[in-house]
Amino acid sequence: MVRVDGSNGRSGSLIEVRGLDKTYRRANEEIHVLQGLNLDVDKGDFVAFMGPSGSGKTTLLNLLGGLDVPTRGSITVAGDELTHMSSGKLTQWRARHVGFIFQMYNLLPVLTAFQNVELPLLLTRLSKSERRRHVETALAIVALADRMHHFPRQLSGGQEQRVAIARAIVADPTFLLCDEPTGDLDRRSADEVMDLIRRLVKEYGKTVLMVTHDPIVACQADLTLHLEKGVLVESGDPRQQVPGGGVA
Amino acid sequence: MKFSALVLANLFRKKIRLLLTIGSFAVALFLVAFLGVVRDAFNRGADVAGADRLITINRTSIINTIPLSYQDKILRIPGVKSITHDNWFGGVYQDEKNFFPQFVIDPENQRQVFPELVVPDDEWNAFLKDRQGAIVGARTMERFGWKIGDRIPLKSSVFGPGATSWEFNIVGVYHGKRPQDDETQFWFQWDYFEERVPESFKGQIGWYSLRVDNPDDSPRIAKAIDQEFQNSPDETKTETESAWAAGWVKQFGNIQFLILTIGSVVFFTLLLVTGNTMAISVRERTAEFAVLKAIGFGDRAVLGFIIAESLVIALVGSAGLGLAAIAVPVLGRAMAGSMLPTLLLPPSVLVFGFLVALVVGVLSAILPGVSAMRLRVVDALRRV
Repeated sequence: MVRVDGSNGRSGSLIEVRGLDKTYRRANEEIHVLQGLNLDVDKGDFVAFMGPSGSGKTTLLNLLGGLDVPTRGSITVAGDELTHMSSGKLTQWRARHVGFIFQMYNLLPVLTAFQNVELPLLLTRLSKSERRRHVETALAIVALADRMHHFPRQLSGGQEQRVAIARAIVADPTFLLCDEPTGDLDRRSADEVMDLIRRLVKEYGKTVLMVTHDPIVACQADLTLHLEKGVLVESGDPRQQVPGGGVA
Repeated sequence: MKFSALVLANLFRKKIRLLLTIGSFAVALFLVAFLGVVRDAFNRGADVAGADRLITINRTSIINTIPLSYQDKILRIPGVKSITHDNWFGGVYQDEKNFFPQFVIDPENQRQVFPELVVPDDEWNAFLKDRQGAIVGARTMERFGWKIGDRIPLKSSVFGPGATSWEFNIVGVYHGKRPQDDETQFWFQWDYFEERVPESFKGQIGWYSLRVDNPDDSPRIAKAIDQEFQNSPDETKTETESAWAAGWVKQFGNIQFLILTIGSVVFFTLLLVTGNTMAISVRERTAEFAVLKAIGFGDRAVLGFIIAESLVIALVGSAGLGLAAIAVPVLGRAMAGSMLPTLLLPPSVLVFGFLVALVVGVLSAILPGVSAMRLRVVDALRRV
């Protein structure tokens, strides 16, 4: 269940954001991107964030992924308070808990699909054979097992993004953060990628937080939240509204 | 090991750039090794000098002679164990380019003073019996394809009117006990020299070499010798053999400074070339480093990757040292007729070259590595 009013008193959410502020300083001007933002996300939720350019969607995603630190407020993920972590601890935490999916795929061009997917596992203590097994499983989930030895330049955009998804899920992270995952794809490839992300939620119980400009893509999520003036506003799921302020 | 695929894949990203960088490393290290070889060649005299040997020359200069009659007086000075004398001959074998050092020696005492230059007893005995006999260093024998029994003519324009021909019989070969010992000399007998030189040269020798009982006494003995002949027509200057050899090197100019300067230029040029390559390589991969950091690779890991790449370039580039090891003996043979002693590539030069490679490898990666460490993922991804 997702809440944006900070009223979840039971503290059982997977992701709990309280009073989140993010301020940038540009020249002598302070830009308040996020202001007192609250958010609760449960395990298995699929949330889309929408909003105009510069509204702070990506900033929010970066904060939730431990790539940036807030000016004020707290972010707690699975009991870990991120705002108190050092840079090194945050790096370790990201390796364990977060799978990133970027708009531009961001695969390493000199590595094969297999090697790209294997990257997060190099940080674990898994043996070579165990890593191979995990990579093959991840590539099978994204239906690219037969392309594991291809380099990114030998794949289509949709295939590259599926390899990036395999890289994001291979270490079985706590949640996935997707920043415009279909922003650089044609409609057909975008649909394939969104089908895959939905499958990860439905079949594998993954928690997904996604930023998108595309309302069609946002419709795939259980809930769409709009960022307006630095705070989140529910716009709900057109398919299924749940009473009580929450959306399931 | 599990990161090796990543390091190698990144290295081979731009193959031509990689080859050129490794090539510049190899050439630079070859040059470093060669400078080391030249430095070693110039310092060889001082390095092989006996700690217990002194050299006495005419105070005016080495080209001025001193009387043979000084020998007994020097030998009487307490602490002097043995003494021998030499003259520079400067003959020409067939052509002036066939240079090799020729010395008139004192057969009685030569082996006591220079025990590291070994002549088999039977050959030495043959030398003593043959007034025109000559003992030749193994390298010169090899260079001219001489054999024992060969008769060698040398022309001298110094000792005698016109270009007088001197005939010698090769009766023996000497070898150095150590690889760095000079094996290019040609020795012949004082008596043969003395009977043929003009009157003005008779009874005059070039310099004395003497051994002392205790090297710690060398300063005292040197002073005593020079005091003995003070205010005589031929005053002497006595110094240790290593100081004497170092003095010879100084006549070529400040070789050490020259080598140090060239070596420093090579080092810093290599550092700049490699540093620039690594900086470009890292800048091209800003987004990739950001992704690596986003998925959990720490700052140190990123720095480690960059240093590892640079070190691989440095280590492969160290092949230049191997090339030097192959080229130096060839070059040594080609330069056999020069004034330089045998060109040798001492292991210490190889170790030094390898250390230079490692230092350049690490230093050239530090700046780009630190900038990659400091890279903020959010900023880098925003630039993509």
